[in-house]
Amino acid sequence: MIAIVDYGAGNLNSVKKAFDHLSVTIVVTDRPEILASADKIVFPGVGHFSSLRNLDRTGMGKALLQAASTGKPLLGICLGMQWLFEGSEECDEIAGAGIFPGKCRQFPSSVKSPHVGWNSVTVKEGSRLLRGIAQNSFVYYTHSFHAPLVAEATAVTEYGLQFAGAVERGNIFGVQFHPEKSGNAGLSILKNFCEV
Amino acid sequence: MLTKRIIACLDMDGGRVVKGVRFKNLRDAGHPAECAAAHARSGADEIVLLDITATSANRNTLLDAVRSTAHSLFVPFTVGGGIRQLDDAAAVFDAGADKIAINSAAVRDPALIGKIAGRFGSQAVVVAIDARKTGSGFEVYVSGGRVPTGRDAVEWAREAAACGAGEILLTSMDRDGTQSGFDCELVRATAGAVSIPVIASGGAGSARDFIEVFGEGRADAALAASIFHFGLENIAELKRELHDAGIPVRWPC
Repeated sequence: MIAIVDYGAGNLNSVKKAFDHLSVTIVVTDRPEILASADKIVFPGVGHFSSLRNLDRTGMGKALLQAASTGKPLLGICLGMQWLFEGSEECDEIAGAGIFPGKCRQFPSSVKSPHVGWNSVTVKEGSRLLRGIAQNSFVYYTHSFHAPLVAEATAVTEYGLQFAGAVERGNIFGVQFHPEKSGNAGLSILKNFCEV
Repeated sequence: MLTKRIIACLDMDGGRVVKGVRFKNLRDAGHPAECAAAHARSGADEIVLLDITATSANRNTLLDAVRSTAHSLFVPFTVGGGIRQLDDAAAVFDAGADKIAINSAAVRDPALIGKIAGRFGSQAVVVAIDARKTGSGFEVYVSGGRVPTGRDAVEWAREAAACGAGEILLTSMDRDGTQSGFDCELVRATAGAVSIPVIASGGAGSARDFIEVFGEGRADAALAASIFHFGLENIAELKRELHDAGIPVRWPC
C-alpha cells in the first residue's frame, strides 16, 4: 500500500488517479500512523512553501522523517521534493527536512517566472527512479522556485540556469516536475517508484 | 529547453464538443473524453475544456464531463465556463481538473483570482480574456463574447497577473474560428506586459500561424480547436513542422 500525504493544500486528485491507473493500492492520508504502516510514501505538493506548516500541526513532518530514516521508499513531488532540502527562499521561517543540502531559490530575472510547461531532462545513468527514461525526455513543470544542482541530482533541466529536476539517495526520491502530468514518461517514473 | 506548448481546446455545449465561427454557428465534434484522449495521443501538450454555454442548470453536465475526461488523461487539464465562486472551482478540481479558467467572474470580482490561487495555488488559475480590436487597442468582452466591458485587454491581463493568476488565455474574438492566423499584435502586447505565460487563442489555421505567434507574437503556448477536430491538421504533423522550423516543441512525444 502506498500512502499519499495530504496536508490540506492543493489538489491530490491527479496523483491519486495516476496510481489508480497503474492499479496500485493507495490511501490518501493526514494521519501519521497510516504513514507508519504504508509500504511506500508519496509526498505530492503544489502551492506555497508556507503550506508545509501544516506538516508540523498534524505530526506528519515527524512521521515523514521517521519513515525516511528507516529506509521506507519516499517520493517527493514538486513542493514535496523542495521539502527534502534545507528550506526555500519562498518562506524562510519554515525549515525543510534537510535530507539534501542547500535551499530552493527563485529563477534568475532573465527568464519568466513561474517556469511552466514541458522541458527536457538530462538523465544521470544509474538512477532507479528514472530507469528506462530516454535522454532528453520531456516532462511537465510548474514552479517558481528550484532546487540547487546537488551531487545527488539524477535529472538536470535548464531554465535560465541548470537545476535539479530529480534527486535520489537510497530510497529517498524527489522530482520537481509532475510525473502524473507528464504523459507516458511520467507514468513510467511512477511505475518505477512502485517497483523500488 | 522549455518548449512552446500546443494546447487542444474542446468547446463544450450540453456535454458535446462543438465548434463555431466567431462564437456562432456551432457544429458537433464529439464526446469530450474521446476528443481529449485522441488529442493527447496525437501529441497535445495540454487539454482545455470550456463549457461555452455554462449556466447553473448544466453544472452537473460539466462536472460529469470533467470527471470522464480527466479519468485517463495524463497531461495538464484545464476547465472553464460557469465558474463564479470558490466553491464552483473546488468542485471542478474535485472532478479532476488541474487548472481552472475564469473569465467573466474574474472581471466582475478580481479578488476571486486570489481566493482560488490562495487555496489551489497560482499554477491552477488561468484567467481567460476575450478581446476585440478597437481603434486604439483591444477591448475585453465577457459573457461568451456578448458583453463589452470598456476595459483594455493588456491592462486587465496585468491586473489579473498581479491578483495571482498563473497564466493568461488570450482569445482574439476577431480571429476566433476564422483560421486566418493568430492576432500577433494582441499577443505580443500582452506577453510583454506580464511575467506569467500567455496562451494565444483564436485564428489558428496552419503551421505558419503557430510559427508566427511563437516568434513575432512571443506566445508561450498556442491553443486551437477547429483545426484539430476536423482533421485539417494533425497535432503530431503540426509539431513536426514546428520542430523543422526551429521552434522548440515536445516532439517526438
